Amino acid sequence: MEKVKKRYPLEEKFIRHFTGHSDEISRHDLPKVSRMRREAMKDFQRSGFPHNKMERWRNTDLEGIYETDLEIFDREIPYEKQLSEIFLCEVHGFETRVLSVLNGSFYSPETEKLTVDENGVIVGSLARAMQEYPEFIERHYGEIMEQRDGFKSLNMALATDGVFIYVPDNVVVDETFQIINILNKPSLVINVRNLVILGKNAKLRLLHCDDSVNHHAGFINKVNEVFLDENAELELYKLQNLNDETALLNQTSIHQSANSRLKIDAISLNGGMIRNEIFDLMNGSGAWSDIRGLYLMDQEQHVDNQVNIYHNVPHCDSNQLFKGILDNEATAVFNGYIYVKRDAQQTNAFQRNANILLAKTARVDTMPHLEIYADDVQCSHGASVGQLDNEALFYMMQRGIPFADARMLLMYAFADAVIDEISIESLRINIEDMVKRRLRGDLSICDRCVLHCSNPDQPVIFDIDMSKI
Amino acid sequence: MSDKKKDKGVLEEVTTGEYKYGFVMDIESDQAVRGLTEETVRFISKKKNEPEWLLEFRLKAFRHWLTLEEPDWALLHHPPINYQDIIYYSAPKPKKELESLDEVDPELLDTFNKLGISLEEQKRLSGVAVDAVIDSVSVKTTFQDTLAKHDIIFCSITDAVQNYPDLVKKYLGTVVPYTDNYFAALNSAVFSDGSFCYIPKGVRCPIELSTYFRINAANTGQFERTLLIADEGGYVSYLEGCTAPMRDENQLHAAIVEIVTHDDAEIKYSTVQNWYPGSKEGKGGIYNFVTKRGLCKGRNSKISWTQVETGSAITWKYPSCILMGDNSVGEFYSVAVTNNYQQADTGTKMIHIGKNTKSTIISKGISAGKSNNSYRGLVRVTQKADNARNYSQCDSLLLGDQCGAHTFPYIKTGNDTAIVEHEATTSKISDDQLFYCQQRGIDMEKAIGLIVNGYAKQVLNKLPMEFAVEAQKLLAITLEGSVG
Repeated sequence: MEKVKKRYPLEEKFIRHFTGHSDEISRHDLPKVSRMRREAMKDFQRSGFPHNKMERWRNTDLEGIYETDLEIFDREIPYEKQLSEIFLCEVHGFETRVLSVLNGSFYSPETEKLTVDENGVIVGSLARAMQEYPEFIERHYGEIMEQRDGFKSLNMALATDGVFIYVPDNVVVDETFQIINILNKPSLVINVRNLVILGKNAKLRLLHCDDSVNHHAGFINKVNEVFLDENAELELYKLQNLNDETALLNQTSIHQSANSRLKIDAISLNGGMIRNEIFDLMNGSGAWSDIRGLYLMDQEQHVDNQVNIYHNVPHCDSNQLFKGILDNEATAVFNGYIYVKRDAQQTNAFQRNANILLAKTARVDTMPHLEIYADDVQCSHGASVGQLDNEALFYMMQRGIPFADARMLLMYAFADAVIDEISIESLRINIEDMVKRRLRGDLSICDRCVLHCSNPDQPVIFDIDMSKI
Repeated sequence: MSDKKKDKGVLEEVTTGEYKYGFVMDIESDQAVRGLTEETVRFISKKKNEPEWLLEFRLKAFRHWLTLEEPDWALLHHPPINYQDIIYYSAPKPKKELESLDEVDPELLDTFNKLGISLEEQKRLSGVAVDAVIDSVSVKTTFQDTLAKHDIIFCSITDAVQNYPDLVKKYLGTVVPYTDNYFAALNSAVFSDGSFCYIPKGVRCPIELSTYFRINAANTGQFERTLLIADEGGYVSYLEGCTAPMRDENQLHAAIVEIVTHDDAEIKYSTVQNWYPGSKEGKGGIYNFVTKRGLCKGRNSKISWTQVETGSAITWKYPSCILMGDNSVGEFYSVAVTNNYQQADTGTKMIHIGKNTKSTIISKGISAGKSNNSYRGLVRVTQKADNARNYSQCDSLLLGDQCGAHTFPYIKTGNDTAIVEHEATTSKISDDQLFYCQQRGIDMEKAIGLIVNGYAKQVLNKLPMEFAVEAQKLLAITLEGSVG
């Protein structure tokens, strides 16, 4: 029996937009890209938006967003004022090289659209890179698209800009790059794409922030593609602090060559709907990855972490640790998936998800899945849902620590396993501060960059009289 | 040397040995025509002289089934099943009522002996009442007198419909409604026979109840329906064991087991499933799509599932517990072994609804050959289930580099006082353990047997004695030889 799927007006809008503006959308395209766009649009017309009858979307309902009347925005914004006037981001104690994406397009003065550093590092707008460095696009653009769904097709069809980073072989980048993704107009839906390529033995630290500057509703459909060549090393920190009306869909696909190393820390502090999809393809022997996440949600927020690790070749190691604290009516989904291909022997793959529920109405759905076709492997997964340890609470309280502080201390200790892995010290301190504030409720909705919330001169400390302990 | 040779001989026999229970009995069958239509449903109902309400139930289920599509979410691959090419009812020709075993068809007795189940022996030694189901119709029920003394009802569901229609009507389809899933709807429409058991208030069943199933006539799907009820304070341990003859064509089996426990009642349900797994090339074998579910309806009630799954080409089975009563307890212990081209997608569901409910899941998967073995389970804590507690452990053991072991747990927690823990590991037998055994003079084959048995012990220990022995033998037969 053929089931007739409901068509949302927003779907129609996307399809109309594509047919109506195809020249404009494809104006900088290479033949490869415009072909991919057309195919992706066909896919989208067939599949439509994902719905909760689909296994991967069962626990995340986007009906509300589909029903919202959003404006498709893919225009380039002329550089009129400095980014700091729109959005202030002062990261205390450490310098970053800021790459900003405003309403879906790379935002910078004309001269800085795409720069080539002395060491050969190319950084800038993806749209510009498409024209100036087609060889990279030919080789890498849209090449790793595991588990294609409606949103990925949509992004492929409509995204025109984003950040492009290329680090040549043997280059270790000292500074930390920071991508800041902002929406500053009401009711926008944007499709944005980032492409990061690391050559052999290259090394990069990347901070990837999604922020809101106002309280408008919005929907960000983002695809990140990362290529790590042999022995390359990437540290990726994702910080998500959005308003409660914004939905963020963040799909990151990583291709790992032999002996490459990947470290991801995904910290979701606030946001109406956040879905992080990570596809880590271990295609080279000796690849290593450590993917961690922390989510602190309250009110009616929803966070969904989908972590997929594909062990395609022997001798790879992967580790996942996701922790979450949920209050009020917040809901969280964790879907960890480890796939070990036939003959991918000597694989070590570990996965852990721990959750603390603070309110009766909070909900967690966790699905730690393993699919294993090789025998000489060590794989494990664990998931737990529980509360703060009552005995630990009691112990602290009998030592004179007030209930509220003891509770805070325990929650903080719970979150620390993820934060502690951040190797940039100043960033770690900033994030520690933010988490403390978040847990205290001081950081419910931040109007500015999350990093800006913390003031290093007045570190957040617990009101605990240590002499009592 | 000679020992080694002997071991090799055993090994050879085990790996190359054909399915031990593969033979066809020549018992005349009374069969419905091929295919499934409303007529088939009416035919079965009429054949069994069923009351109007049951026919209605069947027809409703059939009409619902027509609207459904076969589920495809499990990690199973098989050619499409042609539901119109199945004979939905086959019963041995009715014979006169029998008083003792001597009157039973000698051919049938012979079958039991081949199976290794001697009814006399069982009657005498183990005190197990056997309700043997041969192709859907209960042929012989023993130990009725002992049970009658305690007012325990244990009979075929067909008899129960005739003799205790109120009880059947009250409980049939309450735990697994016909709308539940594709195979449940199919079973509800065409179920032929099965067991019915009712434990009255405050009665502890003194013996372990047991049914041996057998699929016999060629191309006949078996659609068993089992209904167990323990009233307040009742207790019963129920055993189900299966073997099937060898067939080239795949046979479909879609059973339903429903269990209800009232206040303070407990039911322990143990299964050893050893149906024909198909040839070593993956030809033939039973398709086993079973819906098993227990409802802990009363306070302090308990349902415990223990299963040893070694047979069937395809196993699709999720014995579940709905923990409705406060303080109720659900348990699931499973060993699933797959070899050659077998596929198993099995697990459990624990639905916590009542307060202070507890559940334990211990699942041990063992895959060998080119088989695939999946654990798929759900733990759901509803918003009102204060202080719910779950502990799940599902381990997979891989023997050989061509097989697959998969784990798909779903944990849905909606209560802040719940404690839910899930752990799983996947690995092969550790080289250290093997080395240790071998340097102590235990050969490879025996060492593997030892380690695998130790690995499954936690579950095997939960089986009643008679079954534990059989299960260990089965494990040995299914496995010892797939490694080397």
